[in-house]
Amino acid sequence: MPKSVKQSLTQSPTEIEKYFREMVLIRKFEEKCNVAYRTGKAGGYLHVYIGQEATGVGWINSLKLGWDYVIAAYRIHAFPILMGTEPVACMAEIMGRVDGPSRGKGGSMHIYDIPRGFFGGWGIVGGHTPLGAGLAFAAKYRKEDRVTLCFLGDGAANAGVFFETLNMAALWDLPVIFIIENNEFAMGTRLEYHAADTELHKRGFPFGIKHERLDGMNVLQVKEDAQRIIDWVRENQKPYVVEVMNYRFVGHGAADNDQTLYRTAEEVEQNKERDPLHILRKIMMENNIMTEEKMEAIESEIEEQVEEIYSQALESPHPEKSEVYDHIYTDMPVEKGH
Amino acid sequence: MPTLTYRDALRQALIDEMDRDPEVFLIGEDIGRYQGTFRVTQGLFDKYGKDRVIDAPITEPGFTGMAVGAAMVGLRPVVEMMTMSFSILALDQVINSAAKVHSMTGGQASVPMVIRGPGGHANQLSAQHSHSLEGWYAHVPGLKVVVPATPADAYGMLKTAIRDDNPVIFTENPGLYALKGEVPTESGDFTVPFGKARIAREGTDVTLVAYSRMVSVCEAAADLLEKDGISAEVVDVRSLLPLDTETIYASIQKTNRAVVVYEDWRSGGFGAEIAARIGEECFDSLDAPVGRVGGLNVPTPYSRVLELECIPNEHDVVAAVRKIG
Ligand SMILES: Cc1ncc(C[n+]2csc(CCOP(=O)(O)OP(=O)(O)O)c2C)c(N)n1
Repeated sequence: MPKSVKQSLTQSPTEIEKYFREMVLIRKFEEKCNVAYRTGKAGGYLHVYIGQEATGVGWINSLKLGWDYVIAAYRIHAFPILMGTEPVACMAEIMGRVDGPSRGKGGSMHIYDIPRGFFGGWGIVGGHTPLGAGLAFAAKYRKEDRVTLCFLGDGAANAGVFFETLNMAALWDLPVIFIIENNEFAMGTRLEYHAADTELHKRGFPFGIKHERLDGMNVLQVKEDAQRIIDWVRENQKPYVVEVMNYRFVGHGAADNDQTLYRTAEEVEQNKERDPLHILRKIMMENNIMTEEKMEAIESEIEEQVEEIYSQALESPHPEKSEVYDHIYTDMPVEKGH
Repeated sequence: MPTLTYRDALRQALIDEMDRDPEVFLIGEDIGRYQGTFRVTQGLFDKYGKDRVIDAPITEPGFTGMAVGAAMVGLRPVVEMMTMSFSILALDQVINSAAKVHSMTGGQASVPMVIRGPGGHANQLSAQHSHSLEGWYAHVPGLKVVVPATPADAYGMLKTAIRDDNPVIFTENPGLYALKGEVPTESGDFTVPFGKARIAREGTDVTLVAYSRMVSVCEAAADLLEKDGISAEVVDVRSLLPLDTETIYASIQKTNRAVVVYEDWRSGGFGAEIAARIGEECFDSLDAPVGRVGGLNVPTPYSRVLELECIPNEHDVVAAVRKIG
């Protein structure tokens, strides 16, 4: 079970406000993405991070931004935004517009901001985990003290390539942290139906990799744990496996509209107690960090900001048809035509 | 005759064959409790239980290989790939294991298994989820590869696939699942043999050779051509391996012109193989070079504007017919 809510706060009110603002931004951004999908402004597969915000905020805030590396699967909108990519650019990518980082060629699942250290953005479950090891390998090879965070889901923790990757990471002491976000579901399949051992952090055990199960809902706790582990990996130049317990409050993707096939409404209701925003609001109130009025003011400010992001992204044009041939090779054109 | 969607026709074939043979079982991701991503297996978990409709973890190489092993001792696994793009992970088991067993054992063992799932473009699924891999598989001796275009063929060919003693790659297309058509399900014994093409539309001036969703694209092109007084015959190949060249050649002997149409990347796709064979065998009947329409040679982009550029449509087919004159 996750550790209980912490009451002695080590973070400053300014920091806490920053986390709150970031979590609200992600929540509202993601809600807006679902609107974009429903109204046909976005298509394909679109997966939002609602319920998992504290994990992203806690971990990304513990990095040296602009130096460390991050790679994740396809539930990724939050990562580039937290790392400094313009939210308008992210929304534009999600809408397939030219002002997205991939000029609309990637979409929701394939957002990258390489200069800022965000390496996307991968649709094949588990397929990005060796890439994460590769990023860490490169840092080690060049004797740079960069840490790589590799986020994956509970479902991905079963992929064969992930086990192969763990072995290599341990064999070669790669400074990579595998963060298994256990949101309890792999699409429509519950954890207990897909994993023989549901304590996924133990994936590190057979390879002698340090491993822990941690809370992913109380952002202050997440931040402390994340900082401790990132510092340890940077210092010791070894891998780490972390299982972060959070919860997916929405469908697997925007098109998953029959959640009754894998969970009850009561279950979702019960988990609302663990909603990371709910927890943070409670902590801020109990510790007199922020009044309810201020929280509401921040929320409406961010709501307006997200409206603005949305309408700006909508103004971005669709790519020209001729762009279909761009960026296939670095140094040669492709054969054209059908 | 009942009218069914392509999706329902596939499900009916699974039901028929599971009822007929207790050694048939289904395995794949989200096929049971979640009823299947594209709902092909809807209701089957409740009907047959968790021992015959198996929810697999996201481990394509693992469960595909497991199915090969089970098939070697006579079970009849039907493996669902949530999308054929994910079968890339299982290529080793398909090519190095399934396709090789009968030959490497000198005929002692065979692999009566089916790998089925949607291949080709859906709608904005981007570069990693839009592959047409049937041409890769049809390159491999030891596999059979089928690509039905209609609900009746989906039904009849899936039943044939399950009864076949060899590994069969059964490619559906996300754009076909909702397609409706008459399906002869009454007797439970209707099957469609492999290696027999179908004339989807008769014509006299040019033969359009296609499979899977591109058959309906060719039918639409034939409608457009008809307005210009060009009568196109559409041959639905239905099965790539084995390939019914006789029907294709016979049509070309009548029309003297051929255009091959496929959704896969143009370069090196299976249509190239068909075009090459036409060139080899029908040279004397041809009044023009063999035309070819394929998908653009690029990873599929997310943007709908760009994605639509990549997928062949009826206008591309018409243009190709015009081009060969
Ligand atoms: C190799 C592969 N198989 C299947 C899929 C289809 N698929 C996409 S997401 C998903 C579930 C993944 O669940 P999890 O790893 O727990 O991540 P979450 O979606 O919960 O973030 C599946 C089965 C895929 N993308 N790649």
